[in-house]
Amino acid sequence: MGRSGDHAIEAEGLVKVFGETRAVDGIDLAVPRGTVFGVLGPNGAGKTTTIRMLATLIKPTAGRARVLGHDIVEEADAVRSSVSLTGQFASVDDELNGRENLVLLGRLYGFPKAAARQRADELLEAFGLTDAADKLVRDYSGGMRRRLDIASSIVITPELLFLDEPTTGLDPRSRNQVWDIVRALVSGGTTVLLTTQYLEEADQLADEIAIIDHGKVIALGTSAELKAQVGSEVLHVRLADVAQRPVAEEVLSDLLGERVEPATDPALLVARASGAEHAADAVASLARAGIAVSEFSLGNASLDEVFLALTGHPADATDQPDPTDPTHAAEREDAA
Amino acid sequence: MTVTENELVLSEESIKAALAPSIERPSRASALSASLTFGWRAMLKIKHVPMQLFDVTAFPIMFTLLFTYLFGGALAGSTAEYLRMLIPGMVVFTVCTITMYTGSALNTDIHKGVFDRFRSLPIWRPAVLVGMLLADAVRYTIAALVVTILGVILGYRPGNGPLGVIAAIAVLLVFAFSLSWAWSVIGMKMQTPEGVMQVSMTFLFPLTFASNVFVNPETMPSWVQAFVNVNPITHLTNSARGLMNGDLVVSNIGWVLLWSLGLVVVFAPLTMRIYNSER
Repeated sequence: MGRSGDHAIEAEGLVKVFGETRAVDGIDLAVPRGTVFGVLGPNGAGKTTTIRMLATLIKPTAGRARVLGHDIVEEADAVRSSVSLTGQFASVDDELNGRENLVLLGRLYGFPKAAARQRADELLEAFGLTDAADKLVRDYSGGMRRRLDIASSIVITPELLFLDEPTTGLDPRSRNQVWDIVRALVSGGTTVLLTTQYLEEADQLADEIAIIDHGKVIALGTSAELKAQVGSEVLHVRLADVAQRPVAEEVLSDLLGERVEPATDPALLVARASGAEHAADAVASLARAGIAVSEFSLGNASLDEVFLALTGHPADATDQPDPTDPTHAAEREDAA
Repeated sequence: MTVTENELVLSEESIKAALAPSIERPSRASALSASLTFGWRAMLKIKHVPMQLFDVTAFPIMFTLLFTYLFGGALAGSTAEYLRMLIPGMVVFTVCTITMYTGSALNTDIHKGVFDRFRSLPIWRPAVLVGMLLADAVRYTIAALVVTILGVILGYRPGNGPLGVIAAIAVLLVFAFSLSWAWSVIGMKMQTPEGVMQVSMTFLFPLTFASNVFVNPETMPSWVQAFVNVNPITHLTNSARGLMNGDLVVSNIGWVLLWSLGLVVVFAPLTMRIYNSER
C-alpha cells in the first residue's frame, strides 16, 4: 500500500461472501484524491457490495481497505465522519418532506436547530428544490429524489462521496443534471467513487475506471486505455439485409484476420481494423460480395465494445435482471 | 400525485457555493441529541400521517367498552365495581399490546434506503433505535390517557387523583420502553412486518391474558396462578392499581423496575448486535 495521503481509497483483496455466493471476490482499488473513480459492471457484479464495505455498512469477509487513511473496520467511525453515501435505492426519507430530510441530517451532524434549517435552505436552493421543500418526498419525481439524495450527502462537505448507481432509472434530462452535479462536486475538491452499469456514464465522468464482473476487477484504466486494450480502431458496418450477416462476417474476418465480435444488434457488425486502408478494402470487398451496407464507420471502440471484448457478454444484457435469477440473489440480499 | 418539475438549470456556481457551507462544521452530535432527533423524525411521520395514531386510540376504546359492558357484570357484580379493577389493568394491557407495533414498524422502516444513510453517519449508533422507542413512548402516553379518560367518562374515579394516574403511567412507560427492545430484536430478525406481528402476538397474548388484568387469579388452577404471580404484567397491573386507586404495595414497583432492567440488559445489546452485523 502506498502512502494514504495520496489516495482517498486503498483496498487490498476485499472479499465478501453471502452464504455460498462470493459477491466480491478479491478486489484491489487505489483511488487518488480529487478524482472520479468509476466502478463499472452489470447487476450482480459486486459493485454495491464493494461500496457498502468501503462505506462501513458491512464488514468484509476478508481483505482490508483504508478510506481517507482510516481502516474501514478498525476506524469505521472516523471513516463515517468524512464520507457520504448516496445509495442505490435513494437514501432519503419518503415520509418526510424535502426540508425535513435535510434538517434531520443537519441535526444529526450536530448543527443547532437554526443552523440546520439555514443549511437545509441553502441546499434546497442550490439543487433547485426550494419550491418542493414542503412536499413529501414520496411525491417527488425520480430526478428530484436523486437531487435531494445528493444534497443530503453534502450537508457536511464530504471528502469522499460514494454514489451507487446515481442515474439508474432516471430520464436523460435528470441524468444530465446529476452528471453536472457530480462535475461541480469534483471541481470543488471532493473525491467521488461512482458505480454504474452505464458505460456512457463512466466514460463521461470517471478519470479512471475499474470494470468488474463476478466480484473481480477484470480491467482497470482510463477510458482511453481501456479502449486501446481492445484495439484503437473499430469498424462498424450496418447491413441493409440481416439475412446477409453470415456472408458479411466471413468476408470481413477473411480480410481483416480478426474475429467479428458478437453484437446485440443483428444488423451490426463490429470488427477491429488496424487502419484506414483496411477499412476501404472492407467496403470494396463487401460490395464485390453483393452485400448491401446501410451504414459504415471507422472509429474508437466504445466502452460497450470494451466490455464485450473483455467479458464475452454485453454489459447491458443484465440491465433488467430476472428477479428469480439466482445469480443476482447476493446483490439483492445485500441491497434489502 | 407527482410534484411537477419546472425546467431546471443547476448552476455549477451554486452547487460549489453549497459545498462550502456558510456555517462552520459543528462538533459531533451528542448521543442524547442524536436520539432526540430520531424521536423528532418519528413525530414528523405522525404529523404527516395522523392515521398512524389509530391503533393507540380506536383499539383501546373498543376494548375498554367491550370488557366493561360484556364482562363487567359477570366478573365483578356490576360494571361500576369492575371499572375500579379494569381501568388500571386496561391501561397496562393496552400499552403492552401496542408495544408490539414497535417491532413491525422497525421492520418496515429499517429496510428503507434511508437506513443506509443513517448507518453511514458519524453518530452514536443506538440513537436510531433509542429515538424510535422514545417516540413510541409518546404513543403509549396517548393510549394510556385515552383509556383513563374513557374510564372517567364511564364512571371510574381514581382514588389517588391525577398525580396517581401520572405516576402509574410513568412506571408503565418505563416497562413498555424496556419491553420494546424485545420486539425490536424480532423486528430486525424477521423478513416481513406480518411475520413480526405473528411472533410478537405469540408471546404477548399469554403474557397479557395470563395475568390479573381482567380477572382475579383466585379462580384459576394453581399452575396458572403460579405463572400469573411471576408474570411482570401482574406486577405492573398491581403497581398501576395501587398508584391510581390507593392501596399500593411498593414491592410491585420494585419487581417492574427489575424486569425492565433485565429486558434492556438482555435485548438492547442484542438488538444493536443485529443492527450492526446484519447488513
